[in-house]
Amino acid sequence: MQLREVARLLNADILVGDTNLDKEVKFACGCDLMSDALAFIEDGTLLLTGLTNLQVIRTAEMLDVFAIVFVRGKVPSKEVIDMAKERNIVLMSTDYTLFEACGILYKAGLKGKS
Amino acid sequence: MEYTYNVEAGNYALAGEASSSIKALLKKLGISGDIVRRMAIAAYEAEMNIVIHSKGGCLILKISPEELILISEDRGPGIPDIDLAMKEGYSTAPDEAREMGFGAGMGLSNMKRCADEFNIKSTVGIGTKVQIKIYLK
Repeated sequence: MQLREVARLLNADILVGDTNLDKEVKFACGCDLMSDALAFIEDGTLLLTGLTNLQVIRTAEMLDVFAIVFVRGKVPSKEVIDMAKERNIVLMSTDYTLFEACGILYKAGLKGKS
Repeated sequence: MEYTYNVEAGNYALAGEASSSIKALLKKLGISGDIVRRMAIAAYEAEMNIVIHSKGGCLILKISPEELILISEDRGPGIPDIDLAMKEGYSTAPDEAREMGFGAGMGLSNMKRCADEFNIKSTVGIGTKVQIKIYLK
């Protein structure tokens, strides 16, 4: 699924990376535990999370995750957004909860990887 | 080739810098994406362990044509029961680490999962040394 479609379905604001919205994600993972993300996520996975700190960007960097959706209307600090920009990671923010956002994407055909 | 990266205890803002440098270096050397990713994840988990649990330490990366070796060495409380520490879900991390999304008790087992060889030695009151190898051939 293209990131553009993810943003449309979640009615999300693009915080950074609006020139990379034609990139495709293969799977999605909703998770607030970065240790779990590090154990289970494959490259090309979309990360949905309620955490907005620097370690989320670090985790994405290590995993080759190039897109993150922050849920419940959360917007990270400028420092976090700048770090994502340097690493070419797309950040979005949606008002949906983690459960709802995952549900919407799953219903639209984006699967998890278990 | 051998590279050493110092890791500061308790500094969550800097945590991940060493692993980020390791990842960039391996990429630059043209090592395959899957291997770079496995080493980056293992290094990051090791680095977070030093930040969260120790009084400071370092990551040492050794690169040869046959293999990559990562050594994580810290000064700190050590691990009294390694089998328990290796168990997924077991953690002694403080709330501060949990707020960052860590402290889920997955770190050491994640490192092992990424490695072809995994060794851990710990002395209570002195520190912990973890060594992993990833084969290049």
